[in-house]
Amino acid sequence: MERTEEKPNGSTHTISLLVENKPGVLHRISGLFSRRGYNIASLTVGPTERSEYSRMTIVVRLGSKTVEQVVRQVQKLVPVVEVRELSAADLIERELMLVKIHTPERNHAELRALAETYEATIVDVSPDALVVEASGNAGKLDALEDRLRPFGIQEICRSGRIALERGFKTLAPPNLK
Amino acid sequence: MAKEKITGAMAVRRALEAEGVEYVFGMPGGTILPIYDAMWGCERPKQVLIRHEQVGGHAAEGFAHATGKVGVCFGTSGPGATNLVTAIADAYMDSVPLVAITGNVATSLIGSDAFQEADITGITMPITKHNWLVTDVHDLPRILKEAFYVARTGRPGPVLVDIPKDIQNTEFEFEYPESVDIPGYHPPVREEPRLKDAAVLIRGATRPIIYLGGGVRISDAHKEVSTFAELVGAPVVTTVHGKGAFPETSPQCLGMFGMHGSRYANYAVQYSDLIIALGARFDDRVTGKLSTFAPEAKIVHLDIDPAEISKLVTATVPLVGDLRRLLPQLTEEVRRAEAAHGKPDLAAWWRRIDEWRKKYPLTYQQEGQKYLLPQYVVDTLWKKTNGKAIVTTGVGEHQMFAAQWWRTSEPRQFITSGGLGTMGFCLPSAIGAQLGRPGELVIGIDGDGSFQMTLQDLATAVDLELPIKIFVLNNLFLGMVRQWQELFYERRFAQTPLTDRPDLVKLADAYGCLGLRARTPEELDQVIDQALANSKGPTIVDVRVRRQEKVFPMVPAGAPLNDMIDGGGD
Repeated sequence: MERTEEKPNGSTHTISLLVENKPGVLHRISGLFSRRGYNIASLTVGPTERSEYSRMTIVVRLGSKTVEQVVRQVQKLVPVVEVRELSAADLIERELMLVKIHTPERNHAELRALAETYEATIVDVSPDALVVEASGNAGKLDALEDRLRPFGIQEICRSGRIALERGFKTLAPPNLK
Repeated sequence: MAKEKITGAMAVRRALEAEGVEYVFGMPGGTILPIYDAMWGCERPKQVLIRHEQVGGHAAEGFAHATGKVGVCFGTSGPGATNLVTAIADAYMDSVPLVAITGNVATSLIGSDAFQEADITGITMPITKHNWLVTDVHDLPRILKEAFYVARTGRPGPVLVDIPKDIQNTEFEFEYPESVDIPGYHPPVREEPRLKDAAVLIRGATRPIIYLGGGVRISDAHKEVSTFAELVGAPVVTTVHGKGAFPETSPQCLGMFGMHGSRYANYAVQYSDLIIALGARFDDRVTGKLSTFAPEAKIVHLDIDPAEISKLVTATVPLVGDLRRLLPQLTEEVRRAEAAHGKPDLAAWWRRIDEWRKKYPLTYQQEGQKYLLPQYVVDTLWKKTNGKAIVTTGVGEHQMFAAQWWRTSEPRQFITSGGLGTMGFCLPSAIGAQLGRPGELVIGIDGDGSFQMTLQDLATAVDLELPIKIFVLNNLFLGMVRQWQELFYERRFAQTPLTDRPDLVKLADAYGCLGLRARTPEELDQVIDQALANSKGPTIVDVRVRRQEKVFPMVPAGAPLNDMIDGGGD
């Protein structure tokens, strides 16, 4: 019989939440994660199709048993309308990344070509710096980041993951569907 | 209800009236003045003036525990609100329905570090089911309605409503809503209960045990539990909050298990092949070392809170729902399974249990002792009252002696701080319990350390002429900590000896209530009679007990459940 719940390093899980758009909700959710010892890899929050609700996407690295427990604990929070772990197979995930590179102008052409390969764009150019904007899944952005590193990365800003499920399924209580 | 133009403060009164609140425990202060002013002359709810907000919170808890209704307390902003924190945390751990209403500085001052400002919604976020800071008076009726609803439904718990002073003073058209609509709060559960699977396990078990927690009392399901237990025929064990869920006087009940449970109860759990957990949460104080807990047992876990299922012990069959509604369905399934396949034979299992019970009884020996034993004191109290009393306790050795020796036969008869373990709980919860059940005998079993944490509210009990009887098992130690020091810290009694102050008899006199003292069995017999005869107000009994007496058996923290110190055994 299984008795203990180890907290293993686990793998990456994406949890999607529909929450009431009210002051303090982010605090309630992040507070629950920290006091129960669940580390957040990334958290994004933004408006949805309805102004009274926000959608949060939280990425955690945990064992799958623990993720189940996280979801149940989060569900208990009153302003959380719906919460679900999104299955990795059914996931459309995106992240936005801005990278500032200090590099002499002679490298710019090479950088442009690299950006093109990754469907990234160069959104700001000055004589010895440029800013690359890229979006995609985390793996693609990691790869681009690695390729840009030799050029001299000064700053990186990543938005954290947003995600939706494929197909018809939605994350909303029955009365909102 | 018709609309009426009133202030936010008066709206609070109207809401409390509509909710049928009987008592509000609290103390006024600057930012809650408008609410107190609105309550002026109000007979129901009646205001109870306590001397410290923590006591107000615990008294509301005691009231809630004793009656099953929502407890209500008030506090002013800043320290008034932070004084409530311990009681709110206590209610959160023990799933007690509690509505705390606090005043706060005016909305224009919030965030400015104003006098007596504290971010009480921020502070209590992790220890409430939910809380609200009211920023628009028009939200107030809805929020108060939601507060009471959230506190009492599903797995009950504390909520807090923080109302800035200007909101209390604002006039508006008041109408109390009839229903609530909270999109993210739906206590009924969506999972399909696997009743058949559970029945198969129960029918097939040869060493089953029924484990009852506080959820039985909360859902008022003791009758349903009794029917189920009678059908299944398995031994019953309880947590400290499960006391009264099943009569401990019944031979089917093995009483409390866990850290200070009897050896036979712990063995029965540890060697079972099926644990049927009803309204319980596998707290570390009952499981002992988790990885070695009942290694051969499958688990049927019925609880209203899905987050408790498989949190610590993975459930073989999880059943999420209200015990009172779901258990009769499970009983029916078991009955069907037994009709089809016959009743399981538990005779061999009962023989083993009875052997343990005979070999390792819970016992004490007062005869030949120079001093009173705390076990004897509780046992004598139980015998002299025929066990017909509501008991409240503090936290410490006395609490465990009370749990072991007060054989609880009815629900809502044993009121204690289980999860948080809050010293000072006894007197306040006795006040709340006595107000909630005025005709009944309320006995506090306290310790000298615990009693001193909230004794200022003897004044409240005397004001209200409450005939509560507090027996302080006085060993001049912080006894439970001392026990750990003796057993695990090589007898270095760091900061646990207490001085013989205050004189509790004189203290009782100073507060205007009856103070008594007992040092011998004869004196004990007399003072119990005197205490029981005193109906005019509180009685404080200073019972001098053997100072070194320890609570046994004991499962040391982190040890397997069957690895107990003392109390006989292998």
